[in-house]
Amino acid sequence: MTRYSAWSIFKNGLAGQRNWRRAWRDAEPRAHYDIIIVGAGLHGLATAYYLAANHGAANIAVLEKGWLGGGNAGRNTTIVRSNYMMPGNRPFYEHSLKLWENLSHELNYNVMFSQRAHITLLHTPAARDAAARRYNTMRLTGSDGELWDLDALKRAVPHLNYDNARFPIIGAAVQRRAGTARHDAVAWGYARAADQLGVDIIQNCEVTGITRDANRVSAVQTSRGPIRIGNAGKVGLAVAGNTSRLWAMAGLGKLPVETHLLQAFVTEPLKPLLDQVVVFGVGGAHFYISQSDKGGMVFGGDLDWYKSYAQRGNLPAVQDVAECATSILPCLGRVRLLRHWGGVMDMTMDGSPFICKTPLANLYLNAGWNYGGFKASPASGWYFADLMANDRPAPVIADFDLGRFRHGVNIDERGAGPDPKLHG
Amino acid sequence: MIRIPCPFCGERDHSEFAYGKDASVQYPPLDAPLEDWHEAVFLRDNIRGVQLETWQHLHGCRQWLVVERDTATHHIHSVRAAHPGVAAVLAGAGNDAGSGK
Ligand SMILES: Cc1cc2nc3c(=O)[nH]c(=O)nc-3n(C[C@H](O)[C@H](O)[C@H](O)COP(=O)(O)OP(=O)(O)OC[C@H]3O[C@@H](n4cnc5c(N)ncnc54)[C@H](O)[C@@H]3O)c2cc1C
Ligand SMILES: [Zn+2]
Repeated sequence: MTRYSAWSIFKNGLAGQRNWRRAWRDAEPRAHYDIIIVGAGLHGLATAYYLAANHGAANIAVLEKGWLGGGNAGRNTTIVRSNYMMPGNRPFYEHSLKLWENLSHELNYNVMFSQRAHITLLHTPAARDAAARRYNTMRLTGSDGELWDLDALKRAVPHLNYDNARFPIIGAAVQRRAGTARHDAVAWGYARAADQLGVDIIQNCEVTGITRDANRVSAVQTSRGPIRIGNAGKVGLAVAGNTSRLWAMAGLGKLPVETHLLQAFVTEPLKPLLDQVVVFGVGGAHFYISQSDKGGMVFGGDLDWYKSYAQRGNLPAVQDVAECATSILPCLGRVRLLRHWGGVMDMTMDGSPFICKTPLANLYLNAGWNYGGFKASPASGWYFADLMANDRPAPVIADFDLGRFRHGVNIDERGAGPDPKLHG
Repeated sequence: MIRIPCPFCGERDHSEFAYGKDASVQYPPLDAPLEDWHEAVFLRDNIRGVQLETWQHLHGCRQWLVVERDTATHHIHSVRAAHPGVAAVLAGAGNDAGSGK
C-alpha cells in the first residue's frame, strides 16, 4: 500500500494523479473469522485497527450493513472535547483527546483535526460557578481549561449577540485543545489503516441473526450468508442506535438504552466567520456551532424528543435550532440552510457509555454513546480492543459496564436522572 | 410532522404534545425486590416497530395519552387516554368508571 506523503502527492502529480490505488480492499466475506466486529462506524473501525495494531490480533472482519461511515460516523457535528468531569469519564475522554492529537500521524491520513477551541457561553453566576468547578477539575486532572470574562470573549468572538436582554452573556468556559475534525476522514483513515493490517471490512453485509452455542456465540447470520467464529473466537458489537436489536438477536433481553434521533444542519458556504466551536445552552436552549473548512456553518441542538429509529428528522427541531442560531448569532439571519439530516443514537439511562463484557462469554459490547461519541472514537476503539484482547476491562473503563445502575454508580454528567432523552 | 389524533381535541401536530416515555413499563410495588425496580427504572425493550408510549397534550387539553406508534415509520396505530377511568368513559363503558369513586 502507498504511504501518503508530500512526496507521493508530488510524484503522482507528475503522472497526472492517475496512479492512486484504492484506499482499502472491498473484501468478500469468508466462512470463518477469529474476531468479528459488527458495525463499521468509527467505534467498530477503530476497534479493529487497535486490535491489529496494539494487540497483534489477526483474522478480523468488520461487518457493515450499509457502507462504512454511513451511520452516525458521517452524520455528526464533529466536535471533539474532553470537558467531562465525572470520575470514569474524565480520564477516558482525556485519553481520547490525546489520541486525537496524534491521529493523523498514527493513521497516515489527514483527519483534519483542528484544535480551534471550544467555547461554552455563560449566562448566569450559577453557570459560571459550575463551570469553575468543572474546568478546575479538568486542570487538576491533566487537561486544559480557562474561564474567560466578557472582554476576553468579545476579543475572540466579536459578533455574538452581546445585547441579548433575556440571556445576557457574562463570560465563557473554554477548552483550547478542543475543536473539530473531518468525520468522514476519520472513518476512512481507520478503515485504510485497519485494512493495511489485514482486517476485512465487509460492506453491504447486515447481521440478521446471532447463533448461540449455550453461553457462547458460534456464528453470525448475515445478508451475505453465515459466518462462523472459531472456538477461541470473539464478537464485538459497535452498532450505535441499533444496539438493542443486536442484543435481542443474541437473546439477551433488555438494555438501559433507548434509540433517539438527533439532527444536524449545514448552511451555504460563507467566508471565514467563526474560528471556534461555540456552545449556547441556557433555559430551554441547546445549540452548538462551528464553521467547516468549506465555509458551511455546521450546527445542531437537541434531540427530536421522541424515540425514533428513523434516520430522518422532523420540523419542530429545525425551528428550535434556527431560533437558537439567530438569537446568538443574529448575523446568520439571512443565510440559507443547505442540508439537514438525522442520525439514530443509543441514548443511555445516565448519558454515559458501555464498553464491557456481556452475559455471553465471547460477546463484547460497545454502545451507549448518546450524542457525544465522535470525540470518543479513538479511546473507545483503544479500550474496546484491549477488553476484547485481554478479556478484562482496563481500570479506566471499569464503570462502563451494564451492572453500574444496579450498584448505584450512575455516571450522570448532566444530573438528569434515568430518562435517556434528557442526556446529551 | 407527526399528527396525533387526540381523543379529546382531534388530530394535531406532534409539536403540541410532549413525549413521555415507554408506556409498557409498569412500576412494581414499593417493597418489590431490587431486581424488579432495577428493571422498571433502567431497562427497556427499545423496540424498532410498534411500541406503546405516553404523550401529554401539553398545549391542548393537557391529558396524558397512550399512543401506539411505529418507531421506524412514525405511523400511529391507536391513541387512548392514559387514565383507565377516563379511557373507559370515552369508550362509553358507563358513568361510574371515570368518577374516581
Ligand atoms: C446529528 C448528530 C450529531 C452529533 N454530533 C456529535 C459531536 O459533535 N461530537 C461528538 O462527539 N459526537 C457527536 N455525535 C455522536 C457520534 O456521531 C456517535 O456517538 C458515534 O458516531 C457513534 O459511533 P459509531 O461511529 O461507531 O456509530 P455509527 O457510525 O452509527 O456506526 C454503527 C454502524 O453499525 C451499522 N449497523 C447497524 N446494525 C447493523 C447490523 N445489523 N449489521 C451490520 N451493521 C449494522 C450501521 O449501519 C452503522 O454504520 C453526533 C451524532 C449525531 C447523530
Ligand atoms: Zn387533547
